[in-house]
Amino acid sequence: MTNSWTDIKNTDLVVVMGGNAAEAHPCGFKWVTEAKAKRGAKLIVVDPRYTRTASVSDFYAPIRPGSDIAFLMGVIRWCMENDKVQWEYVLNYTNAAFLVKDEFGWSDGLFTGYDEEKRDYDKASWDYKIGEDGYVLTDPTLQDPRCVWNLLRDHVDVYTPEMVERVCGTPQDKFLTICQMIGECSTPTKTMTSMYALGWTQHSKGAQNIRGMAMLQLILGNIGVRGGGMNALRGHSNIQGLTDIGLMSNLIPGYLNIPTEKEADWQTYLSTRSFKPLRPNQMSYWQNYPKFMVSFMKAMWGDTATAENDWAYHYLPKLDVPAYDAMRMFELMTHGKVNLYFCQGFNPLLSFPNRGKMTEAFSKLKMLVIMDPLTTETSHFWQNHGIYNDVDTAAIQTEVLELPTTCFAEDEGALVNSGRWLQWHWAGATPPGQAKHDTWIMAQIWTRVRKLYQDEGGVFPDPILNLTWDYADPGNPMPDELAKEMNGKALATVYDPADPTKVLAEAGQQLAGFAQYRDDGSTMGGCWIYAGSWTEKGNMMARRDNSDPDETGAYLNWAFAWPANRRILYNRASCDVQGKPWDPSRKLIEWTGEKWEGYDVPDIAPTAKPTEVGPFIMNPEGVSRLFSRGMMRDGPFPTHMEPFEAPIANVFNPRMRGNPVARVFESDAETFAAVGDPDFPFVATSYRLTEHFHYWTKHNPVNAALQPEFFVEISEELAAERGIERGGRVRVWSKRGQVWAKAVVTKRIRPMTCDGKIVHVVGIPLHWGFMGAARNGFGPNSLSPAVGDANVETPEFKAFMVNIEPAAEEPVA
Amino acid sequence: MSETAPQPTTAAANPPVQPIGLNMLPSDVVRISATRDVPQPERQLTKVAKLIDVSKCIGCKACQSACIEWNDTKPEVETNVGVYENPHDLTPNMFTLMRFTEWVNPETDNLEWLIRKDGCMHCEDPGCLKACPAPGAIVQYSNGIVDFVKENCIGCGYCVKGCPFDIPRISKVDHKSYKCTLCSDRVAVGQGPACAKACPTQAIVFGTKDDMIAHANTRIEDLKSRGYANAGIYDPQGVGGTHVIYVLHHADKPAIYEGLPEDPRISPVVEGWKGVTKTAGLALMGVTALGAALHGIFARANRVDEHEEQEAARLVRSDDQGDAGPTDRGSA
Repeated sequence: MTNSWTDIKNTDLVVVMGGNAAEAHPCGFKWVTEAKAKRGAKLIVVDPRYTRTASVSDFYAPIRPGSDIAFLMGVIRWCMENDKVQWEYVLNYTNAAFLVKDEFGWSDGLFTGYDEEKRDYDKASWDYKIGEDGYVLTDPTLQDPRCVWNLLRDHVDVYTPEMVERVCGTPQDKFLTICQMIGECSTPTKTMTSMYALGWTQHSKGAQNIRGMAMLQLILGNIGVRGGGMNALRGHSNIQGLTDIGLMSNLIPGYLNIPTEKEADWQTYLSTRSFKPLRPNQMSYWQNYPKFMVSFMKAMWGDTATAENDWAYHYLPKLDVPAYDAMRMFELMTHGKVNLYFCQGFNPLLSFPNRGKMTEAFSKLKMLVIMDPLTTETSHFWQNHGIYNDVDTAAIQTEVLELPTTCFAEDEGALVNSGRWLQWHWAGATPPGQAKHDTWIMAQIWTRVRKLYQDEGGVFPDPILNLTWDYADPGNPMPDELAKEMNGKALATVYDPADPTKVLAEAGQQLAGFAQYRDDGSTMGGCWIYAGSWTEKGNMMARRDNSDPDETGAYLNWAFAWPANRRILYNRASCDVQGKPWDPSRKLIEWTGEKWEGYDVPDIAPTAKPTEVGPFIMNPEGVSRLFSRGMMRDGPFPTHMEPFEAPIANVFNPRMRGNPVARVFESDAETFAAVGDPDFPFVATSYRLTEHFHYWTKHNPVNAALQPEFFVEISEELAAERGIERGGRVRVWSKRGQVWAKAVVTKRIRPMTCDGKIVHVVGIPLHWGFMGAARNGFGPNSLSPAVGDANVETPEFKAFMVNIEPAAEEPVA
Repeated sequence: MSETAPQPTTAAANPPVQPIGLNMLPSDVVRISATRDVPQPERQLTKVAKLIDVSKCIGCKACQSACIEWNDTKPEVETNVGVYENPHDLTPNMFTLMRFTEWVNPETDNLEWLIRKDGCMHCEDPGCLKACPAPGAIVQYSNGIVDFVKENCIGCGYCVKGCPFDIPRISKVDHKSYKCTLCSDRVAVGQGPACAKACPTQAIVFGTKDDMIAHANTRIEDLKSRGYANAGIYDPQGVGGTHVIYVLHHADKPAIYEGLPEDPRISPVVEGWKGVTKTAGLALMGVTALGAALHGIFARANRVDEHEEQEAARLVRSDDQGDAGPTDRGSA
């Protein structure tokens, strides 16, 4: 989230699209009801289904799964055409006036530079025109046809209300009503918030869905303000923490990168991370990258990491592929290239696409280690459960070890919520049975592995032997020790660069924030964005002061929010160019003439003059990007792309399949149904139900009683067409697998007409498997395709093709 | 290296739980089933109410979950029968239930998903209590809460017939009648009902009835501003008003909310059946247990006599002729 859960109460308009907040985030949704009750806010829901969120909305419109970009570009077009633009914001805080290279263009659904063989773009033309002074050329009058604003106008021109209806199936009158409601929020005193979740991310172009709404919010001037923002509702209580800490093969904590094999040495690695400002006076905060990186290396390898050895850069792995993401790992497993797999708090047999492939992958492992508080389907992938897990146990040789862990209520530490708040919590119960904390298990394995390297050597044991492991009990690092390490501390005296006689921190002291991080080896810190969370003043995450001056919803003394305890990102943009709040009744910060101050931690240097320094300090431009240059693989503007399995061809280019640059493994490509394949005529989409949390709560008899059995949802029309009765049993199948379910026949899903064709939607909730208290069932992953987003590899769970028929009786297990 | 996982650290910063005094005592009972001449309490408790704002409800079933947890009931893991209601109906183990109705508004042609939390309405004039032949099995407190006293229940099912909302359910296991207690054991120590505490959107709120009516009126104003011209309170006067009240977007059509009665009244058979009230004989004993033990304070009364049995049997048969109870279940 750019903002926070508590800030949603400040909005005038909530748009829930690509999510179902009431269903999947019922506790956070209270802030929507608060905004409705206290501010008279309106709620719009755009979704293939009339959801629980829609049931309390002011306006609902249906949309075909996987067509969100067309809808969003249509709204942007409408706003541009009808002058629903926050002009001062757009001109000064976005790159609307920046000039783009003449070679850049778009036609037939593709941007310039597409290479069909490589399934990739040459992105050279997707960039600004740079002047002789090294800065981007701009035209603040927006007259130049090559300025971003005019290119955007041209780009969205095709997304007329007629085109939106044709692609999305959304009736024009409903679409236009939504445009008008959204357009009202272009004034400086009205704001809209976007609440989205996996309904936008789980597509082969998920990142572009989100880009589309972010661009709209910038055009309306709604980023950085109270009640505005782009608010990703994270799907687990600590999934934000997972991404922050960088639990991905290509990330280092704090969104730093694991080097690639093209970056063999430290200088090469840093050369692409210099982030020089693209406009005069801009902060371009990522210029501090070396400070964050060196402090991380010092946290990892302490005294072994020195200036002379480039901070032990040679210890870091170098990626030979963009990432070893989960789908690549499972692909490698099916080829027999993985021997041992650690599965920690993860149930991929039900949560990753193409379940048949999962079973095949795990069957080729030598050993599978499961660390989980619950018994999982993955840990029993080898066990035959009739139709629910129809495997030949005797043919599977994989050894499976289950290591029972504690759950969140049994350990201490911080969870990071969607609003980036690190909230410390304490254990509420003693772990049952043999359950151990994950940290204990990891430390026990680590100390044994290190001993093996000590005793037996190895090809390159240095990174392991020299890893810093200075916990009081090496076999059991404590949460406070780990938290302090992530915050960072001074290794030598740290001085104020503005006044070298002033000491900021003595050696051994906790750092107050990342501004104290140094690139000379005098500081260490495991995760720079968490700096400030455990300072010399103590555990800032454990703070519980809920005072809130002016009722901004900021709660600055409650827990700690990264970065720097800032509650609303880009909050400098809540003020006009002179530094006065756009909406005085919703002030966050303001320029006093000498410095920035207010209710939130200013997202700008405290004394940066408002007329000189732009509000988007992380970007070298100093402004936000309507045109994202070459930073995304699939285009600098979002363009409509169909899902890999779709009922209709791409209206711009019938030859295009899905996202033209998404990675597709050869064996997976064979499992995709053709466009308009009559054997798989219906669009399927997956989702959560509020009665359950993922695959956990089916173990709890209470949740199991409230939603006991797997079902699919279909319209009354489709039910009639296929002769399906309410509550009857059905078989649903895709090109990859089949499931049996109960049929919920509902008015909440209705057929749509897209490109002249009737499109039926089959809704497939997750939550059921073959372990636990609820009845045996299936997950949507038995059916969904193994392909992910082109930028981040999030699997396409939200749009794929299936067939459905009545099923007579339950086969004998 | 320890052999077992470390013991948890107790949260020093947890908010302290302040002791709250008892505010609802056995002596606050104003009506007792099958009992005449109930000694009237010296004080009158402030009337309470639970307000269920249907327009704010997201149907998450947190109320059902909290109800199960607080009352420690064990509803069965049933099947899916093609609807969102689970369990499929109120049961002796499920005192409250979200009922889902898909309703197409004929004026706008828009679908509305009406989600109503069903359960005991705690009538000011409770039909269950009037119908009950077992002395002390059903009591009413001066704050309006109608509570079942399990120990005195004979499982005859007359309360079911007496209820205009079709709420009580008889257990096939212990042959006792069960329904929402309005968390009388929580209210007795100054807490609100478990469902209200769990409700994430504050669609369920609890307080004095005056406060709840005032709050409901602000909600109705908001709903009218959003185009719900007939938004209103459901507090049916046919049963003397209720201590569970609804805010409905379409208060002119309560029946669309899964059969909420238009004008609920106690069956005339129950009203006319005087036999019950003739049997006094209830002994109010052992008024020592307080708080959470309120359920157990009423001693088992004398058996009903033959005449009452006959009257009761007639009452049960009269069900075939239909009364004000809701019909047409499960069409969501």
